Amino acid sequence: MTQCAILPMLDDDEREFALGDYEGAVARWCPGCGDHSVLTAVEKLLVAEQLKPEQTVFVSGIGCSSRFPHYLKTYGFHGLHGRALPVATGVKLHRPDLDVFVVMGDGDCCSIGAAHWIHAIRYNIHMVAMLLDNSIYGLTKKQTSPTTPQGFKTNTQPFGSFLPPLNPLTTTLGTTNVSFVAQTAEWVPAHLYATLRAAYRHQGFSFVRILQRCPMYTQGMYEAAVRDPGMIELLVHDDGVVAPELDKIYRNRATHDPSDLDSARRLAEDSTRIRLGLFYRNESRARYDLLRKPPKVTSSERIALLNQELDHYAV
Amino acid sequence: MTAVAAPASPELRIAPTVLNRAEHTIEIVSDAGEGAQKCGQIFGAVSAKMGNGVWTVEIIPAEIQPPPRTAEGASGNRVRFGTGPVTNGGDETNLVIAFNEQVLLGRHRLGALASDAIVLLENSWATSSNPDIRSAWDKTLAELSTTSYRIIEVPMEQQCLTIDENPRKGKNMFALGLLAYIYDRSLERIDEQIAYAFRKKSEEVYNRNVALMRLGVEWAAANLDFRIEVPTHPPTEALVVMNGNEALGMGALASGMELCAMYPITPATSVSHYLAEVFSKFGGILHQAEDEIAAVGVAIGASYSGKVAFTITSGPGFALKTEFIGLAVITETPLVIIDVQRGGPSTGLPTKVEQSDLLAALFAEPGDAPRVVIAPATIEECFHVVVTARQIAETFRTVVIILSDANLSTGVQPFPRPQLKKEWLAPELDLAPVKQGQRPYEWDARTGTSPRSIPGQPGGMFTVTGLSHDEGSKVAYGAGVHQRATTMRSRKLAVLQQTLLRPAINGDQDGDLLVVGWGSTKGAIEEAVERARAEGIRASSVHLTFLSPLQPGLKEIFSRFRKVMTVEINYSDQPGDPFITEENRRRGQLAMLLRAQTLCDVDCWTRVPGEPLRPGFIHQAIRDAALTLTGARP
Ligand SMILES: Cc1ncc(C[n+]2csc(CCOP(=O)(O)OP(=O)(O)O)c2C)c(N)n1
Ligand code: SF4
Ligand SMILES: [Mg+2]
Repeated sequence: MTQCAILPMLDDDEREFALGDYEGAVARWCPGCGDHSVLTAVEKLLVAEQLKPEQTVFVSGIGCSSRFPHYLKTYGFHGLHGRALPVATGVKLHRPDLDVFVVMGDGDCCSIGAAHWIHAIRYNIHMVAMLLDNSIYGLTKKQTSPTTPQGFKTNTQPFGSFLPPLNPLTTTLGTTNVSFVAQTAEWVPAHLYATLRAAYRHQGFSFVRILQRCPMYTQGMYEAAVRDPGMIELLVHDDGVVAPELDKIYRNRATHDPSDLDSARRLAEDSTRIRLGLFYRNESRARYDLLRKPPKVTSSERIALLNQELDHYAV
Repeated sequence: MTAVAAPASPELRIAPTVLNRAEHTIEIVSDAGEGAQKCGQIFGAVSAKMGNGVWTVEIIPAEIQPPPRTAEGASGNRVRFGTGPVTNGGDETNLVIAFNEQVLLGRHRLGALASDAIVLLENSWATSSNPDIRSAWDKTLAELSTTSYRIIEVPMEQQCLTIDENPRKGKNMFALGLLAYIYDRSLERIDEQIAYAFRKKSEEVYNRNVALMRLGVEWAAANLDFRIEVPTHPPTEALVVMNGNEALGMGALASGMELCAMYPITPATSVSHYLAEVFSKFGGILHQAEDEIAAVGVAIGASYSGKVAFTITSGPGFALKTEFIGLAVITETPLVIIDVQRGGPSTGLPTKVEQSDLLAALFAEPGDAPRVVIAPATIEECFHVVVTARQIAETFRTVVIILSDANLSTGVQPFPRPQLKKEWLAPELDLAPVKQGQRPYEWDARTGTSPRSIPGQPGGMFTVTGLSHDEGSKVAYGAGVHQRATTMRSRKLAVLQQTLLRPAINGDQDGDLLVVGWGSTKGAIEEAVERARAEGIRASSVHLTFLSPLQPGLKEIFSRFRKVMTVEINYSDQPGDPFITEENRRRGQLAMLLRAQTLCDVDCWTRVPGEPLRPGFIHQAIRDAALTLTGARP
């Protein structure tokens, strides 16, 4: 980007943003952590879409993944464990002009923040919500999360997790007013990027579950799938996530029309294979942010209106 | 004593006795859903408009639809009005209109009625076809016959049936007519008020209500042998009349805030009912969130990205918000929180007043989280406090908590019409580029304050974090950094404190006893102090608006009195109770705070009766305290 501080006269539209314009602090995740790949894909998206850094807000909760905003040079809000979505809702209701991204971990989104997750889907406010799902509590050192596979040993359930994992896709797809649900994996960068791009372009609340490796605590969980693309099934459709460069490597493909909710739910329910792609998209869902757009009112108008209000109560 | 008023032909009627009173307190009680509250509200508003001082308060049962005809189910309105200003609900009720004998009994058992109260009682129950009802009536009237109330039976249902086939719906307007006659209220003003109360209903509804009201006037004129005159002085300045929650809502409009996020909870909800109707006209959004945590989170998100936003709640909801309040403090995100207190802990007394959230408002979060706490004392202050709170929140980049309560929320009182100012409104967003090199928390070491940049401002991009951080919002765990940042956040309170006024002393500047109060008890405390002073007791009072930071000069003021005692609606152990000693006695919340902050031996007189403290009871407490002083020094 050409520094606007140097050339303050430059019109906004003439600024051009390069990767460096979005880079924040040096990422401090463990080497090999999947969060690095997500950051790379997001930066690529920011450049590709030429999002103005000052018009872009990344909101996160607490967890390894929630350190995300620090590593970008946009506005960021690193808030409370589980509570990224309410903050993002407040930002977007008050400032619909901003581009809002939300980064959450699986404990963040699916456990402590589950109430907000369900309601954010229903509000369907225009923003991109990324679930960085490593199936474990990373930051607090290997406790069972709602998405931990049954039998997987953790520090709080050392003899293996007791229950079958919660399925974030069926939960999301089962919620009233859902408008965009996709799944991708951070070790398939082309798919990750294409998915985030589709999510960004969707008009409404885009929910993206990103399967994420945590070499520290769930080493090996996705090793087989990383090595063998045959374990993955790509959902393909002209209206879906389009990444032609993957055609040669990922030969397991299922055509799925993302407007078909029943089929999306069936595909999400079936846990025999890992499916990546766009499960559902519907831009005609009710959008709370559009329904709640108040008029612009000047201060003189406000005072006149309030005087009318006071007239009702006048003695 | 019971008298059945029989209709008399006009020529036989003797002119009614007119009783002159400087003030009177009336109440209308019914089963829930019979509209007694509307009757009281209209009567209160009309009395204010005619130039009486007025304090109206709701009588609310705990359940929405308690069983009919039960002593616990009394629902209605209580209006204290007088020739001079009225600052509180006062003591006992002088005149009651009861729609059945059971709700009357409930009020009697609560000790709400003056011993010589006049009672106008619906008597259709006496002749009910249901033998249980008849016997309940007989039993209750027998019980009440031992009192010295003057009970006048009124055939309300029989009368209302001449106009409306559903007497449950019409009695309230008939009762309004009775009051209009007794107190000689302007019928035109009542008509206007009925029109406003039913503005969302049809013309036909309005006409029927007016007809019922006039029927009440006619019946009273034909049957009652008394009238009561409470002289009015037409107001010399423009006044408005509303309840505390409406005042908070309007204050929010006057402050220019544009987003309120809340989750329904009594007794705070009616602020949002009011805003829900009008806020969008003002460019505002009332967001009903999925819970209180989300509500405060949404408010913080909005504040972070622009104009200060606010959330409204009561005790249980406040408890849920605490983690986010700590986040707002450490990220220095301005935020206004309104807590309309009710009885606690837990679900407690949802509809009843208490002042038990003071220490929670000050200290609920783990970690050091300095914030501002302000308590309005009157309905008028409920309006202005929101404007002040928004300004402080923005100026100091801090959290401001407003502590109102259930007494103010439904209390209705006239006050001078606010002369609105543009400066009260939050300024438009300034999205100008941030000064080059300016860091996110550029603390001015003298004040602890720092300029805030918001999304949309080029050059200001940074990530706010709830982790300990330095001026650059860089996460930093070092001891020096945390010490400094914590100091800066605390310094803001000290700076604010230096700008506050010493509290005014009501009464002599020195003396034997100083009563200290905060919040909605102001009127009752001052009235009690007046009464004590009239008896020669050397008592004064101060009322604190700021609880954090505390106003200056308290220690010096306290030193001028032999005894200092808080009066609060929260719990304290009473000296003399089993096991209670000086050492283990748990004191009132303000008392604890003042003892810690001033090292003065501040005593307290506190009660949790689930109703506003009556001036008469405070007066007695002042007498008792004064007695211990003279006892100590005969
Ligand atoms: C209210 C609260 N409870 C608990 C914690 C401790 N905590 C921090 S992160 C975390 C879980 C992190 O797991 P996840 O959300 O999956 O994120 P990850 O670290 O795996 O990216 C927990 C329990 C906290 N910070 N706040
Ligand atoms: S613990 Fe796991 S999730 Fe956290 S940074 Fe390390 S690898 Fe990533
Ligand atoms: Mg995790």
